[in-house]
Amino acid sequence: MQNMPSILTPDFGLLFWMLLAFLVVLFVLAKFAFPAITSAVEERKRFIDESLQHAREANEKLATIQAQSETLLREAREQQAQILKEAKQTGENIIAEARAKAQAEGAKDLAAAKAQIAVETENALHDIRSQVAELSLQIAEKVVRTQLGEDKAQQAYIERLLAEQERQS
Amino acid sequence: MRKYILHNKRICLGIMLLGLLFLVAAPTYAAEEKEPIDVKEAVLGHMSDAYDWHITTWNGHHVSIPLPVIVKSQRDGKWYTFCSSRFGHDGKEVYQGFYIDPERQGKIYEEGFETRPWDISITKDVVQIWINIFILLAIFITCARWYKKRKPQDGAPGGFVGMIEVLVMSINDDLIKASIGEKHYRRYAPYLLTVFFFILVTNLMGLIPIFPGGANVTGNITITFLFATITFLFINIFGNREYWKEIFWPDVPVWMKCPVPLMPVIELFGIFTKPFALMVRLFANMLAGHAIILSLTCVIFITFQVNALVGTSLSAVSFVMILFMDLLELLVAFIQAYVFTMLSAVFIGMSLPEHHHKD
Repeated sequence: MQNMPSILTPDFGLLFWMLLAFLVVLFVLAKFAFPAITSAVEERKRFIDESLQHAREANEKLATIQAQSETLLREAREQQAQILKEAKQTGENIIAEARAKAQAEGAKDLAAAKAQIAVETENALHDIRSQVAELSLQIAEKVVRTQLGEDKAQQAYIERLLAEQERQS
Repeated sequence: MRKYILHNKRICLGIMLLGLLFLVAAPTYAAEEKEPIDVKEAVLGHMSDAYDWHITTWNGHHVSIPLPVIVKSQRDGKWYTFCSSRFGHDGKEVYQGFYIDPERQGKIYEEGFETRPWDISITKDVVQIWINIFILLAIFITCARWYKKRKPQDGAPGGFVGMIEVLVMSINDDLIKASIGEKHYRRYAPYLLTVFFFILVTNLMGLIPIFPGGANVTGNITITFLFATITFLFINIFGNREYWKEIFWPDVPVWMKCPVPLMPVIELFGIFTKPFALMVRLFANMLAGHAIILSLTCVIFITFQVNALVGTSLSAVSFVMILFMDLLELLVAFIQAYVFTMLSAVFIGMSLPEHHHKD
């Protein structure tokens, strides 16, 4: 052993100091240095992963919101069209109704007027007839006075003739 | 292309200038050093542990940093603490019955005793270890403070802290977690990370030729022995039931394990060969690197002893080769730290096999 170079033979003193030094450095590094570095890196990794996840979620949310807003817009447009259509329809209906009502009213007035006219005509005819009968009688009386006396039978006869005349016309 | 040639020219010019410097320095050197250089002694001496930190020899005087010697006397059982300069400037004097025996690895012995006294002196390697630890702690406490002051939202670090983070995370995730498995790696990660950075810093500091670096620490078997032992303990203390079953009752034909326990004996050897391989690999690699660089440096001094011309020309060659070796060692410093950590992690991973059924 003693003929070998000293680097080939373990030395107690060096071993002692080396062990001491190594334990010190191991203790300090294992307690303060390596965990700080590895945990920091792991935390950073987690943070990055979370950030990516959040970004993805936000993107998805944004896409959903966009889709929703588009749907809403489309619905609103449809509703608008619907409302416009309905309003137009209602307007047309009102006009049509008003027209129908006006027509009905006019027809009713016309009918009433016609009825009135008919009544008036009737009355007038009646008057005229009685007047004609009166006049004819008077004329006939004047004519016949001379020939005929004032006779009731004759007058009824004339009345009947006149009615026949009227029916024929 | 043109730029490249220009660049090359500059390098050549640099080497020539360097050679000229040697030419000027050579006569002075030749005048002061008469005895031939003992390469083996020089190389081994630079790689060995020592009681003082030798820096240079100037005009025959050793310039070195004296370090404290702590020994327990076998004579009276007391601890003696004194400065290594008490052994004289060339370390040949006797102080209070203690002397450095150059015949027996240059260790301290006591007069009248053949056995070594208990010796926990603060040697060159011990000082180097504490310097390295100071560097390690400075680096990692700086980094840890950076993280303490910030939240994950503040983003990733850049610059030096970022570099350390990348290194730590690649060792932690790609090496330790990958070799041991998600389930158990947390128990071993601090130890393996510490080993990696300790070896890396020690290897790199060993490449600096002057104080505060240059001591051959990872090329000393004591250090690699300690690491291998700790890994051995981790493997065998935390090894699970499946691991021990594979050692004593492996999945082989019964005749290979029943009357003569052939496979169990081989497996039992395996327990010790794995950490032994770890120990020797790191030690031998670092030792070899240091030895080659030191030998190439010795070439400069040997060739100058022949004559100045040979010295100058071969020094230039040697210089280029040392440069190459230093760059290679820079790579090796990392690779060996990585390999030691990886193999430790792999062996630990093998001690935690998942229960599997026979098909």
